[in-house]
Amino acid sequence: MNSKIIQIAARFIKPMFLLISLLVLYRGHNLPGGGFIGGLLAAAGYIFYMMAYGVKSTIKKMWIKPFRLMAMGLLLAFISGFFALFANAPYMAGQWISVFGVKLGTPTLFDLGVYFAVVGVLLTIMMSILDKQEKWD
Amino acid sequence: MADLKIYEMELYLPIAAIFLLAFLAPFIQKRAGSAAGWILALLPAFSFFYYLGLSIDIGFGVAIYESFAWIPSLGINFSFYLDGLSLLFLLLITSIGALVLVYAGYYMKGYALNDRFYMYLIFFMASMMGLVLSGNLISMFVFWELTSVSSFMLIGFFHEKPESRSAALQALLITVLGGLALLAGFVLINQITGTYEIIDLLSQRDAIQSSPFYFTILLLVLAGAFTKSAQFPFHFWLPNAMAGPTPVSAFLHSATMVKAGIYLLMRVAPLLGGTLAWKTGLTTIGVITMFLGAYFALTQTDLKKVLAYTTISALGTLVLLVGIDTKESIKAAIIFLVVHSLYKGSLFMLAGSIDKKTGTRNLKQLGGLSKTMPYTTFVALVALFSMAGLPPFIGFIGKELIYEAKVAVPGTANFLLYTGMLSNVLMVAVSAHIAWGVFFGKKGNTPLQPSETPFRLWLGPGVLALLSLLLAIFPSFLAENIVSPAISAVRASDINVKIKLWHGFNLVLLLSFITVVCGIFIFVFRNTIIPFFVKANGLLVRFRFADEFSRLIDNFLIFTKKKTNFIQGGIQRIYLLVIFIVTSLFVWYQLFYTGFWNTSYEFGVMPFYAVGLVLIMIAATLLTVITKSRLTAIISMGVVGWGIALIFAFYGAVDLAITQIMVETLVVVLFVMVVYHLPVFKNFSSKATRVRDAIVAIVFGGFMTGLTLKADYLNMYPAISEFYNQNSLSLGKGRNIVNVILVDFRAMDTMGEVLVLVIAALGVFSLMRLKIIKSKKAN
Repeated sequence: MNSKIIQIAARFIKPMFLLISLLVLYRGHNLPGGGFIGGLLAAAGYIFYMMAYGVKSTIKKMWIKPFRLMAMGLLLAFISGFFALFANAPYMAGQWISVFGVKLGTPTLFDLGVYFAVVGVLLTIMMSILDKQEKWD
Repeated sequence: MADLKIYEMELYLPIAAIFLLAFLAPFIQKRAGSAAGWILALLPAFSFFYYLGLSIDIGFGVAIYESFAWIPSLGINFSFYLDGLSLLFLLLITSIGALVLVYAGYYMKGYALNDRFYMYLIFFMASMMGLVLSGNLISMFVFWELTSVSSFMLIGFFHEKPESRSAALQALLITVLGGLALLAGFVLINQITGTYEIIDLLSQRDAIQSSPFYFTILLLVLAGAFTKSAQFPFHFWLPNAMAGPTPVSAFLHSATMVKAGIYLLMRVAPLLGGTLAWKTGLTTIGVITMFLGAYFALTQTDLKKVLAYTTISALGTLVLLVGIDTKESIKAAIIFLVVHSLYKGSLFMLAGSIDKKTGTRNLKQLGGLSKTMPYTTFVALVALFSMAGLPPFIGFIGKELIYEAKVAVPGTANFLLYTGMLSNVLMVAVSAHIAWGVFFGKKGNTPLQPSETPFRLWLGPGVLALLSLLLAIFPSFLAENIVSPAISAVRASDINVKIKLWHGFNLVLLLSFITVVCGIFIFVFRNTIIPFFVKANGLLVRFRFADEFSRLIDNFLIFTKKKTNFIQGGIQRIYLLVIFIVTSLFVWYQLFYTGFWNTSYEFGVMPFYAVGLVLIMIAATLLTVITKSRLTAIISMGVVGWGIALIFAFYGAVDLAITQIMVETLVVVLFVMVVYHLPVFKNFSSKATRVRDAIVAIVFGGFMTGLTLKADYLNMYPAISEFYNQNSLSLGKGRNIVNVILVDFRAMDTMGEVLVLVIAALGVFSLMRLKIIKSKKAN
């Protein structure tokens, strides 16, 4: 797509979506939102950008490539369950600590893992379909 | 019942140590080189003396028991139970194992991958020890299967030969098939008694035998025992298993593993034994196996195959004796078990030595070895005398006891006695045939010039042969500390037996005498009798079990391939069709039986916007089906999805609504992208196919509706939502229940879902990229 309007819009929409997605991820524990929805929002931002500028230039601008994101997310979610074992609780039982009054728990870590995995999955699917000729890494 | 004093002891330590040794064996072999056999034999030898020390306690009627929880909720534990029966087997396994390792240390020299060989052999030893020491049926089953697996590895050790591979596979398939039957039998036993622990089962004999499942259990357990112990009609895997290296034949396929079936029968005899079905089944199969084994042994020309068939005969005898189920017969069985392990282990090792030194195992080529291999000859003669049942060897005691047991059987005794005698006559003939043909007579025509084997090759057989003599002359230790407790365990009552070499002049001695005379008669006229048998076999025995079995397996493979090609043809439409049809048939069946329409169901009044929304969704669905444009279809599907999202929102499921909207939007975008690459829309399918698809779709959709209706009025359990409502904040530290469920309460599920997503993404990726790689190659 070579529409200037979409390309310019995409430049603003992508960071906005990312910001919103992080917000949704953060507030997910008490209000509607969470890792899954956040991941979908972030992916939507990237996909819009992809449609405007093509796959290659989008992927180039990402710090972590979709494949890595996918693996990282899965790994995070997987690891988050192990903290419970140190507390002599079954795998995946939530563990919480309080840092300067902010409650941090393994479910947060898990949610972050889901977020990354969802972004990775959607972008992998999208770029597989959008881009059939180019080689990307 | 034996006096059950329960000690706390580390019974499992030798087994654990030997398992560990199995994995260290390759390294030890590499470091120690030719001394490896000696070093590796140390631990089994030590274990032998450890268990021998325990035999003093066991001799007083003590049973030792210990248990470690494994899956306690299912009653599955690592329990170890040492009584007379397990002790007997443990002593056989460790002693013969140590001797075979010393033997193998020399025998396997120069073969490729012999470090692995030690690993498999020692692994087998530990599994076998675990099997006989298990006090829990499930852990016993696990060890049982481990012995099958290690036997597979060992039979197929010369993996470059196709016959080794096929023999290994055959043995594995048969024993594992039996193992599965055994597992089913054990589970049924558990269903009746509620326990897998042998120690608890012993008191539940009546419950099992009066259960309607008794016959099924018996069949399943016997299937396990008979396949493992090479009973007719599963006997054929054992001669083929001779494709493995000789130490394996000596250890697994004569002395220990094939006796696992016998062990099992003896172990479950207090539970399942004593009934008519048990006696009939065991004696029938036992007699057939005993006779066929002895008969076929006579016509073989490969020394190892001769021994394999005599092993089958001996195993048949053991099954028969267990089946007669009297005190005398069990006594005979236990003694004969020891006798057979001693002489057969020895003979197999000697056969290997002869093979090594002469380059052949063919009886027609061998001859006159007594001049060149005097020690080997001497040891072999002792073992063969024991096999023929001649005094003063322990084989004589074994045979006398067998005759005694058979004479004492009421009813069918005569038939059992005569077939038993006939088999023994053949055994005597076979022994004489081997003894004369291999060691005396005219000098053979062998590929290698025979020479005496080194000390290490005749130490093992020599010790076993010596034991055959010593235990016969001084039987009291064997009788008091090993045989009596073993019999007590099988009979589940305290029994003390005496063993004597000389029983005086009586009927049994007369029978023995007749047997030997007839055997010698056959031997003398062997040149007319054996060719006659061979000829008769050629005419009669067209039906070969091994061939039939491999044909069965081949046909099964062809069948499964056809079936798979039919159901999973590689076309996605067909996959979907199969899944839809099968699922809807099952669910419709259930819905018809239990009903899905609640007659008292009342439709609540829906708000007007909800009604409108549903109408829009129905219209969009219809449009999706009838439209000629892909884009229209996709967008109408999107409308349906958005409608669902709005309904979620109306009823307060905000998270769901947001997710649905996001997913729906992304899916539409995705579809549009895919459509962009597709060729122009055309109708390829015939009208009949479309009607078929429509019917399947309606049936499938119908059952989903039915299920939803049913789910609405069927509340089998109190709803769990209340629990989440109350605990979300206190336990999950979050006010958003949906998210707390996702990331905390049911995080495991979420994890699985994310994993599925990742797999799907990889699938899409590889499907799309595969095309690119292919087209690039084409260019």
